[in-house]
Formats: sequence, C-alpha cells, structure tokens
Amino acid sequence: MEGSREIPIWFFIGVLLSIYGVMIFGYGLWELITGHLAHVVLARLHAPVWWGAIMLVLGLFYLVRFRPGR
Amino acid sequence: MLTAPVLSLGNSLPAATAVALTTTSLARLGGLDIAVIVVYFAMVMWIGYYLKSRANTSEEFFMAGREMTAWIAGLSFVSANLGSLELMGWAGSAYQYGILAAHWYWIGAIPAMLFLGIVMMPFYYVSKTHSVPGYLKLRFGQGSSTVAAVSFAFMTILMSGVNMFSMALVMKVVLGWNITFSIVVSSLAVAAYVALGGLRSAIFNEVLQFVLIWGGALLVPILGMIDAGGWTGLKNRILTNFQGQDYLHLWRGLGHFHDNPMGVHWTGIIFGLGFAISFGYWTTDFLVVQRVLAANSLRSARMAPVIGSFFKMAVPFIVILPGILGLVVLHNPDGSLMHLVGENIVSAHPGAGLHSYNEVLPLMLVRYCGPGLLGLGITALIAGFMSGMAGNVSAFAAVWTYDIYQPMLRRNARDEHYVTVGRWATVLGVVISIGAAYLVMNAQGIMDYVQALFSFFIAPLLGAILMGMFWKRATRQGGFWGLLIGTVTSVSLWAWVHFDPSALRYVALSPDARDMAENMYRALWSLSITVIITFVVSLFTKPRDAGELNGLVYGATVLPAEDPVAFYKSELFWAAIAVVVFVALNVMFW
Repeated sequence: MEGSREIPIWFFIGVLLSIYGVMIFGYGLWELITGHLAHVVLARLHAPVWWGAIMLVLGLFYLVRFRPGR
Repeated sequence: MLTAPVLSLGNSLPAATAVALTTTSLARLGGLDIAVIVVYFAMVMWIGYYLKSRANTSEEFFMAGREMTAWIAGLSFVSANLGSLELMGWAGSAYQYGILAAHWYWIGAIPAMLFLGIVMMPFYYVSKTHSVPGYLKLRFGQGSSTVAAVSFAFMTILMSGVNMFSMALVMKVVLGWNITFSIVVSSLAVAAYVALGGLRSAIFNEVLQFVLIWGGALLVPILGMIDAGGWTGLKNRILTNFQGQDYLHLWRGLGHFHDNPMGVHWTGIIFGLGFAISFGYWTTDFLVVQRVLAANSLRSARMAPVIGSFFKMAVPFIVILPGILGLVVLHNPDGSLMHLVGENIVSAHPGAGLHSYNEVLPLMLVRYCGPGLLGLGITALIAGFMSGMAGNVSAFAAVWTYDIYQPMLRRNARDEHYVTVGRWATVLGVVISIGAAYLVMNAQGIMDYVQALFSFFIAPLLGAILMGMFWKRATRQGGFWGLLIGTVTSVSLWAWVHFDPSALRYVALSPDARDMAENMYRALWSLSITVIITFVVSLFTKPRDAGELNGLVYGATVLPAEDPVAFYKSELFWAAIAVVVFVALNVMFW
C-alpha cells in the first residue's frame, strides 16, 4: 500500500481484531455454555458473543485481504 | 483536581470540567482484560519495530516519505485529535449540557476540515513545506516562523505533559492504577514507537488506535440505546426526569446567553467556535496538518480531511450519545437515578459515593461491559491517549528540527544528522512531557493556565495564515506584527477577565456569558486584530514580487494539473456529500 513490499496497516489491524475476536468470542461462548454471566446490565444479550464474532470476521477479512505478498 | 478537555479541538485547547479523584476505583480488571491490554501494547511495539527500517531519511522520518494514502492520512488526521480525555471530557459535557456538546464535533470541525482539504491544502502541499511554521517562513520570513515555531513547540510539549498527567489520574480513578506506573508505561511505549519509526509509525498506530477506539467504545451506545428503549424511550425518560430542560436540541436555545446551560449565543457558536477556533485548530495546528502533509499526492492530501470529516461527524455517537444516555440509565445501588455532579461537589463530600460528570463514560463502560469487553474499552481509552501523545511528540520533533534547530543552530548538516536530531527530539519531548506531568501533579493550579496559554496562539495564527495565503499584498512586516499583536491581544483579554470577571460583558458582549462564550469571543477578537494589523502594516510596507509568491498565495500559484477521475472519486463530490450530511444533522437535531 504505502511503498513497495511494506506490510499495510490494514494487515496489522486484521491481526489485532482477529486476536481480540478470538478472545472475546471465546469468553462469550464460555459464558453462553456454562451460564456464568458477568454481573453487568443486559448480560442476557450475550454481547461478547456477537461483538467478538463481528471483530473476528472483520479481522479475518483484513488478514486475508491485506496479507503480505498478496 | 484533574482537568479534562471541554473543546473537541484536540488535546491542545482549554479545559473547564473536571474528573474528581475518588478514593475507590470504578472497575476491577480480570485476567482477560489485562491480556487485551497487553496484546495492544505488543502490537504497537511490533509496528514501531517493523517500521524502523523505513525511517532513515529526514523525509521518511518527519513526513512518512509523503507516501500515505488518503484513507490513512484522513483517519490519522482525526485520530490524532481523538484523545481519551477528549472522549471522557465531552461525554461528561454531554451529560451536563446535552446535545449542545455536539457543536464541537459538527460546526466546530466540519466546515474547517472541508476548507482545509478543498481550499488550503493545495498551498501547504505545493509549497512542499514540512510544517505550518515552515509555511510562514516561506511566506512571511524567519521572524513569523520563529514566533509560531517556538510557541508551538513549547506549548505542544507542555500540553502533552498535562494530558499525560490527566490520563494517569483517570487510570487511577477508573482502575486504581498507580499514577507513575501509568505515566511511565504509556509514555515509554509512545517514545519507543515514534523514535523508531518516525511519523510513519505514529500514523500507522493512530489508524490502529482509531479502529480500536471504535471497537472498544461503540458497544456502549448500542447497549445503552437498547437499555433506554430506543430513541423514543430516551426522549420520554429525559422529559419525565428532567422537565423543563432541553437536552436534545442543537440550536433552539441559543437565542440568548441565559436560554441554555452553556451560557453561549448562536453568534459565538457560528463565528467564534465555527470560524475562529475551529478554523484556527483544524487548518493551522501542525499536530493535525502534519498528517495530511504526509499524503502521497495533492489529490490524497485534499481528500484526507474530507474523509476525516465523515468520521468526525460520527464521533458524537460514541461520545455525546453515551453522555446523554447516562442521564437516564445510570442508577445508584438503591435503584434511584444517579445524579453526577461537579468536581467541586465531589471534593467537598469525600466518601459520599458521588461521581463527577466526566466519569460518565467509565460508568457506562462498567455498566455494560464484562470481562474482555471492559479490557477493550479501557484499551480504547489508553489508545486514545497514546495517539494524542504520539501526535504531539512527532509534531514537536518536526518543528524542533526543521524550524528551530536547523535555521538557528545548525544550518547545513547532513540529512542523517537531522534524522538523529529528530529521534532525540522525540525522546526529549517525552521526557519533558513527563517532567511537565509531575510539575502539574505538584502544582495543579497551573493546569488551567497552561491550557489557556495554548489557546492564545491559535486564532492569531489563523489570521496570519489566511492573510498570507489569500492576499498577495500582505507583507513580511504585516504578518509578523499581526501575529504578535494578535497573540498579545488574546493574552490581554484573558488576563482582563481573569482579574476582573465583570469584564466578560465586554469581551463576550453580555454579562450572561459564561466561560465557553469567553473562549469563542476572545478567539474572534484576536483573529480580527491580527487581520487588521496585518492589513494596515502591509499597506505601509513593501510587498514581495508576485513571482516569489508562486506556490504560496491564492491567485499567484499555478496548481499542478491532476489526472481526471470519475466524479465519485473526486474530493469535491465527497465534500459536497459531507456538507449535505452536516446540514442534515443540524436540521435533524435543530
């Protein structure tokens, strides 16, 4: 993107979002399965599941789309 | 007392509200939250280390090789302004004043950003200047440039320290973290990645931080709106709980100073905020302009602020809306509605469990975000602080090296020498910032003075730049004296009101005016004085030949032809769309 053979910033963003997506989605799944909900308002909406999933999907998209050497 | 920004014009403008220092922390982080924060720090260091090899020349180190695309420059442009104190301060202001706070994101930013992109950017970019003081040097000579460079370098680094201390205090309030720990860890990380990778590293991290801020903060208004029963539910609950108070209209209460809680008038909002302050910050503060100068073409440089304007218009969704939602969804443990108060009230009642306005965002975060998501929200606040600080030190390093060190101390050194000076200036800037942070910690009364100081330079600088850029007849002497006397005017007006509060009726044109109105009108006065002095002095001094003004002045510059593009790729097309959205938002919340 900026100059030859440079890893684009969007790839770094993909890496970060993917890692966060796995961590938060994973925790959300654990909450969902075990029923141990965090003591927060609207916990029944399982925000970690869908917010983590959104981050993971976006992260994977950027990872693939802007992978080095593409 | 901790002061947080009240103006949305970056971490460089004055403040008025405060976050109270409570004895107990609002939140407790778990292992997953800590892991989220650690991953973030690892990522920014990775980026800095990776880009180390691409910051070998001065052009690469200070200007990112002028290789940034419009999107990257545009996101960085907005991100450098989106500090964590900005987020928390304005969420607190929204809790206090309602949607009026959005003026600082819309009329207080969008017209100026579009003007920078469409009208002013060609002159900055074509002149190939490395900085805003550098442009002044080309147009008005070394005197004006030195005044602007020294004041910018001094105040930028001092403000960086003030914000560093404020951020550390926020971390203490929210998480109970040790102040020194917060200062050392975050500032060392910024010093490392900016000194290693220069402006490119700062910009890359700012884009990353921008995404992170949205990822961490966007969930709060989404869940808050569900909690409040949607927009209709929010409106109804505000009407029920706060009868007679208008939290949801932008313009209706601005007919007179005493008709709105901010104590402002529509003329102040439009001419003071919307023109003098906003144009001063967004078009002449090198902290933000540096990001756009790093664009890879004139078209990208013009498009970057236009792209940034769309994101700026969206920021109230993660800042203003949570503040307004806090009015109706935050409750005490006994179920009663929570009422946030001013810092002085919190300080006067220690141990009473009171929270100040500026704690509304962390309170909302704690209300909705469990493990992982809480860490993400806290990381967003840290990212906001770091992006602001990186902006400060990278701009400081460039101005110090190009506009102070090179012309005054060592004129004809090798390029490598200036890169080395830039790297050390980055480290030195961080060290001075840390010193300033501890200075403020031990004498917090000076914080208000420091923040007021920075505001003194913005409007006069705008006057000088506008006269230089759009009036061929403006002379070196006119620019210098206009800038100097405009700045002295700003300082004098501030001092007048400071020592005699009744003077507000003259400075802000009404005895009912309040602090924010004073800022707006003071900026307007100093801008006017700068323009008048520049005009008068120029008439009595010798102008430069028109041939010397090519690339610097409107009407004397032949802009390079650019390849035609489809209309939907044109900056004019997107600027027009931005104007339509801007007008629609103001009408919608009239």
